[in-house]
Amino acid sequence: MPTFWLVALLLALSAAGYFGGRRRAVASAAGDVKNLHSLPAYYGYHVSLAVFVPAIGALAIWLLAQPMFIESRVSGMIPAEAVPESSTIGLVMSDVRRVAEGLDLAVEQGLLTAREARNVADSGQDVRALMGEVGVALGDDVRPEVLNAAQAYRNLSNTGRTAMTVVVALLALGGFAWAYGRTHKDFRARNVVERAVLALLILAASLAILTTIGIVLSMLFETKNFFGLHSWTDFFFGSTWAPNFRGGSELSILPLLWGTLYISFIALAVAVPVGLFAAIYLSEYASGAVRSFAKPLLEILAGIPTIVYGLFALLTVGPALADLFGKGGLLGVEWMAGATSVLTAGLVMGIMLIPFVSSLSDDIINAVPQAMRDGSLGLGATKSETVRQVVMPAALPGIVGAVLLAASRAIGETMIVVMGAGAIAKFSANPLESMTTITTRIVSQLTGDTDFASPETLVAFALGLTLFVLTLGLNVLALYIVRKYREQYE
Amino acid sequence: MTDLSQNPAGTAPRKHGGSLLEKSPRTKKRNAAETRFKAYGIAAITAGLVMLMILVTTIVGKGTGAFQQTFVTLNVELLEAKLDKKGERNIEDIKKVTTFGYAPIIKGAMEAAVEQLGIETSLKSKELAGILSKDVAAQLRDYVIANPDQIGQTVEFRFLASGRVDGYMKGRVTRDSIVNDKNISPEQLDLVDALAAAGMLEKTFNLDFITGADASDARPEAAGIGVSMLGSLFMMFVVLALALPIGVAASIYLEEFAPQNWLTDLIEVNISNLAAVPSIVFGILGLAVFINYMHLPTSAPLVGGLVLTLMTLPTIIISTRASLKSVPPSIRDAALGVGASKMQAVFHHVLPLAAPGILTGTIIGLAQALGETAPLLLIGMVGFIASNAPETLADGLLAPNSAMPAQIYEWAKRADPAFYERAWGGIIILLLFLVTMNTLAVILRRRFERRW
Repeated sequence: MPTFWLVALLLALSAAGYFGGRRRAVASAAGDVKNLHSLPAYYGYHVSLAVFVPAIGALAIWLLAQPMFIESRVSGMIPAEAVPESSTIGLVMSDVRRVAEGLDLAVEQGLLTAREARNVADSGQDVRALMGEVGVALGDDVRPEVLNAAQAYRNLSNTGRTAMTVVVALLALGGFAWAYGRTHKDFRARNVVERAVLALLILAASLAILTTIGIVLSMLFETKNFFGLHSWTDFFFGSTWAPNFRGGSELSILPLLWGTLYISFIALAVAVPVGLFAAIYLSEYASGAVRSFAKPLLEILAGIPTIVYGLFALLTVGPALADLFGKGGLLGVEWMAGATSVLTAGLVMGIMLIPFVSSLSDDIINAVPQAMRDGSLGLGATKSETVRQVVMPAALPGIVGAVLLAASRAIGETMIVVMGAGAIAKFSANPLESMTTITTRIVSQLTGDTDFASPETLVAFALGLTLFVLTLGLNVLALYIVRKYREQYE
Repeated sequence: MTDLSQNPAGTAPRKHGGSLLEKSPRTKKRNAAETRFKAYGIAAITAGLVMLMILVTTIVGKGTGAFQQTFVTLNVELLEAKLDKKGERNIEDIKKVTTFGYAPIIKGAMEAAVEQLGIETSLKSKELAGILSKDVAAQLRDYVIANPDQIGQTVEFRFLASGRVDGYMKGRVTRDSIVNDKNISPEQLDLVDALAAAGMLEKTFNLDFITGADASDARPEAAGIGVSMLGSLFMMFVVLALALPIGVAASIYLEEFAPQNWLTDLIEVNISNLAAVPSIVFGILGLAVFINYMHLPTSAPLVGGLVLTLMTLPTIIISTRASLKSVPPSIRDAALGVGASKMQAVFHHVLPLAAPGILTGTIIGLAQALGETAPLLLIGMVGFIASNAPETLADGLLAPNSAMPAQIYEWAKRADPAFYERAWGGIIILLLFLVTMNTLAVILRRRFERRW
């Protein structure tokens, strides 16, 4: 039974449970609701939760655990000598899965009966041609070991699915019977339901922790595989980024890190002065009308999706810069070879970060107590002197925090650099050359045909982990600085 | 005493007995610095607003072209000899004629039209048909298969012109720019001018761009954003169905029930960190967990929705907590005072009062998710042609599809500049969605926001 119907069945059963529980409770109180311990609806919720929650939990865990279990069982069946020289167990397993899927499809489309599918090895049919017929493309002929494993895979998945349906249905029915049996007019349904709801709330809140663990584990696991295939010294201390899918790649993060930091630096050089001055003007000088007009308009810049900025970099800013600095350009210099460059991506990213810096700094400047400004103005300082010598020093830690947050945004930004920065990894100080960044490389190593057994693909996970650690560090540092600052006035 | 305060020792700005009414050089300097400082501020704001204006004008200027398309109106004689040799109107026989079989009919129709209008041209029939889109043969074949009884008749069709002709009509392609272009020649442009003068070729509103599917590299004129819009829609559906309940549940726990302990601290730190994690990292998570480990189908809106859910959750939790916090404690106290349990106080009183704020936050979170591209690249929502609109709910969730921002990225990567126009046009549609959602959020906030 497909999972969808199983869930639908659970929903129906729990709805039935609601009415059943409610009715039984009211009946046990001889129809007088006042004799019940809790409101009648709580008896309904009680049965319906007892039906739904354990069953759906079991379903989720089963769906998560089954692939892992089957994978380990089936891959244990493939003898080491059956794995070809140029391949890995992972690739063979993906063949196994596809053959199994193809056989299932063939049965579904009526090309084979279930029995024929089980005995396809003896019938002497060309399995690869059969797979082609149902739309599963295979690289080469199906070897007997793979076919065997695929059959075992199908068997295990089928058994697993049946067992799952049985277990889930039993849990739901069991929950129903148990909760229904407990339903009585003196039963404290509200207390039980409230405890269950609280547990669900805690579960939802813990999803944040689970996501973080998921991020870290998924990247850590693949990074470990990567360092098993590629030396970590080259990754961290090498000087060249030259992936080669035939092997012998040089995969060093340093040139990528250089590109990332260079672009982020240019972006901040644009965003910080503009954003900071805009914030100072808006909070210290602007009249209410100007403020209520300019602030939302600036914040529109923050709400525009990054793909728009990327397209702007690729199709407008890049060509404009190339017209200025490129061959035959207005300045008559030949400094730029194409439209993609560090400057292109940096400028556009700077525009994106302006509202980020300005609204954060605005909040911080507004948090500086008015008494400090009044004191300074009362002593005869001009407004600009007050801002520079009193407000800024007081707001400085918060502004540093804001800039760090903007930096972490810039480092993790993807679409603008994918479209505007180029694809060449190198160390160069020329902002008109195209360079590449960590995020760009993650995208290019993980899109298209990927082979999760080669260091060229797995390096993306190591890059991702580095990026995660880098941005996390910046965020933690920024929050630390901002928090420390806040304590001064409160 | 008065002397002292007027002329304090050491500073002495008015040593030479200048008037108080006249500004000293130092005052002038300070005032100039003040003016300059203020000017920097104005310059910064202006710079920001100018950037916004440039961005908006670029988008509108380059994108509106995508909503118009050049069409050629042509009378086509559906020759029985070519389309149905046996003359039995057997649908299987008609289907056997491939799009190649339709090419001569189109060429013939073009020749006839040119002759009828009396246009003198040195072009061969193949070049005549070259001003039409490569999509035309398929369009004609679909029509004939749907209406086999029309074979033998002459039917008027509105055909797409080729991308280059469309560009010429919109001013993107000029006679200078096609010098080395194999796809079109100046003679063909002369013909285009003549046809336009005769009213056979005109630019009209292009609904297919909004509702249609993507097309292959050679047919930019046929590409539309409709199918990927559906992909986005299904993703938003998943995000809404998962992120809203989970986000609200998590916020209620943290705001109303959580004790001050290490677990609560851990959850809060995690949420604020997740809000700042680069979106591409969520893409890596999706690839590793949903696709490699759980073997969910690649390019499926379900997977995209799951990834975006994880990404939007922190946003929704943060805004929900803020709106729960804004409900005054007296409401809770009153509910508890008349005998409600804590859970009842929250679910019956606090939550309904916080609902408008929660809704606003959710809409803003959804708008953010709608524009997000980077994680979708990693789970494979680019690089193929999303050609069929999904038919069922399960199909919509599990069949490969693209999403609006991913489709725009895909167009931006292609070589033909005609696709760039589509990309800008797609951005207009995407921004229209975002503006609508944000306006809705603002209206909701204005209408239902309660000041306590």
